[in-house]
Amino acid sequence: MTETPPLSLKVPQPQCRPGDLPDFSGFEVPAAGSVRRPSVDEKPEVIRDLAFTIIRVLDDEGEAQGEWAGSLTDDEIAQGLRDMVTLRIYDSRMMTAQRQGKTSFYMQHLGEEAISCAFQRALQKGDMNFPTYRQAGLLIASDYPLETMMCQIYSNEADPLHGRQLPVMYSSKEYGFFTISGNLATQYIQAVGWSMASAIKGDTKIAASWIGDGSTSENDFHAALVFASTYSAPVVMNVVNNQWAISTFQGIARGGAHTFAARGHGFGIPALRVDGNDYLAVHAAAKWAAERARRNLGPTLIEHVTYRAGGHSTSDDPSAYRPKTESEAWPLGDPIERLKQHLIRKGIWSEERHKQAQAEITDMVIDCQKRAEAIGTLNSGHVPSPRDMFEDVYAEMPPHLVQQRHEVGY
Amino acid sequence: MTQMTMIAAIQNAHDVAMERDEDVVVFGEDVGYFGGVFRCTAGLQQKYGSARCFDAPISELGIVGAGIGMAAYGLKPVVEVQFADYMYPAYDQIVSEAARLRYRSAGDFTCPIVIRMPTGGGIWGAQTHSQSPEALFTHVAGLKTVIPSNPQDAKGLLLAAIADPDPVIFLEPKRLYNGPFDGHHDRPIQPWKKHPMGDVDPDYYEVPLGKAAVARKGQDLSIISYGTMVHVAIAAAAETGIDAEVIDLRTLIPLDTETVMASVQKTGRCLVLHEATLTSGFGAELAAQIQQDCFYHLEAPVLRVAGWDTPYPHAQEWAYFPGPDRVGRNMKKLMEA
Repeated sequence: MTETPPLSLKVPQPQCRPGDLPDFSGFEVPAAGSVRRPSVDEKPEVIRDLAFTIIRVLDDEGEAQGEWAGSLTDDEIAQGLRDMVTLRIYDSRMMTAQRQGKTSFYMQHLGEEAISCAFQRALQKGDMNFPTYRQAGLLIASDYPLETMMCQIYSNEADPLHGRQLPVMYSSKEYGFFTISGNLATQYIQAVGWSMASAIKGDTKIAASWIGDGSTSENDFHAALVFASTYSAPVVMNVVNNQWAISTFQGIARGGAHTFAARGHGFGIPALRVDGNDYLAVHAAAKWAAERARRNLGPTLIEHVTYRAGGHSTSDDPSAYRPKTESEAWPLGDPIERLKQHLIRKGIWSEERHKQAQAEITDMVIDCQKRAEAIGTLNSGHVPSPRDMFEDVYAEMPPHLVQQRHEVGY
Repeated sequence: MTQMTMIAAIQNAHDVAMERDEDVVVFGEDVGYFGGVFRCTAGLQQKYGSARCFDAPISELGIVGAGIGMAAYGLKPVVEVQFADYMYPAYDQIVSEAARLRYRSAGDFTCPIVIRMPTGGGIWGAQTHSQSPEALFTHVAGLKTVIPSNPQDAKGLLLAAIADPDPVIFLEPKRLYNGPFDGHHDRPIQPWKKHPMGDVDPDYYEVPLGKAAVARKGQDLSIISYGTMVHVAIAAAAETGIDAEVIDLRTLIPLDTETVMASVQKTGRCLVLHEATLTSGFGAELAAQIQQDCFYHLEAPVLRVAGWDTPYPHAQEWAYFPGPDRVGRNMKKLMEA
């Protein structure tokens, strides 16, 4: 037997920590339009390269390039911009409301607006998203009432979830938005099951599952991939790689794999890696995957490459674990700025018009906020009655809960 | 002695343990560079290197399962599950594996792991950041379950847990991390520096597992509790004027029946108090044992006060939480019975 030196534990480290200069030099950004668009019924084994590149449509000048361009009309693109601006303004107002003590907690989307906003526009009525806590754009892009979202944030008397859930954990069956669990990854496999049910019943609906880079480590993710693969489930499986799981860089969850998209390959699931800050690329990839699912060709894994420009939540201060300027150095830019440039380039938008749209949307959001706050905020006392705490534990309230409700005085 | 919050005391316990024993390793989500979302492992990676304190992938199953493997090798892993509410993916590893390695291998393999998790509510955390799952552990043969109520105990109990040859579930009431919370959420937060149990010996010491403390001496009735509720019970005694004896169990399994029964036999009245849901909670076990051992001393039936049998709500948090008013009402009821 040959002698070997002692073993040592290898622990991956991020490129930069606070005090370092942000460095994305090792991050390869393929030219917009350089990635081919295969037909949706292409065999998984011949499109493996799509998991190791980045599908991009918008170039640095705001021009749409390549085979993935052209999935939307001008009006639809302008609507996409409005959706993202709405989400950003909504986030900003809710962040402030949290700091003012009007609610307990909030999670914003800063830098990630394109993903949920664009994805939703590739789905149809009746399809079901199984979202995480950073996909409120799915609701905004399906025209869910903003005021109702705010009532949920404020846990007030008009909160459709009766004040039971943490702020941002929305739920709406009607709008194809499955009730969010605060526990990570649990819903990834449920989306697969929901889509299998659609297939069992001979329905036409598809499902979309959502997860963050960090949570792909959870068992639920791997169970979802094996079920989706085995039953060729009509589901689009999204991984939002925003680089940071609270303080933990994406390399801890990714390990020795080159990309998260490549996780699909071991299961024979076709995988795309897409520029998550490019509204047009996200929409095109979503449309491709949704079509595969709807034509019963099976699941697709999409890794959306983006950057979480804000904190994980209002309880988080990212300057404690990453350079303050890292988000500015992020090579894929800002999704709103990029789509705005594209519309200007097309001659159907201008800086002036953008400012005007921002002002109109701000007024609309403030109006909604005033109405929601008139109903109540978490600190105003106009919250659902403790009586309601005992409802919906079961379909029918068992005697021991009736007794406990009486003890509270109801 | 040094003034410490419960966070500082727990951090210090890790530090002291890692300093004196190279086999102690610490990992979990965000515990490495950042030092944990509650800062309980701050500075450990910087001091002991990333092979002894590191970030784990977000997989509670992985964290506990890998910890069991390390413990079986002979290390002393101290792992963090970020919230007790996130423990469920690890439950199979805890119940079927950690708890039974010694038994099923007849002592050939053992599992000296400590699994830390913040527990309990009072922070507007709603159903996924507020649960108290202690009864899911006390029901399992082979596990020890510990819940400190103050910084001094937290450090000594954590060091005893690390020294223990068997798996220990170490539940940290997160509402107590920065101060002794008595349930009056509308009053200013009290810091640990004004509390005698915030004085912590910076050197190595153990608070033995399986030994309860008398947190308040009294004659009228006994309140058997642990964690955050110890402070609520003391506040309720002061506010009702009922001279309650408050027992802080500190360790649920093994249970210090001697201290519990001595108190109940002295006062003849007993209120069992916890934040976890009532039905099949640890209070049910306490009530059963107390009626068996103290039946002829009891002046009234044992009364349980606990969280309602609902998921932990957000807006209705303070109607859910068994605060000093609810505890006080039940103390009066017990005195009148």
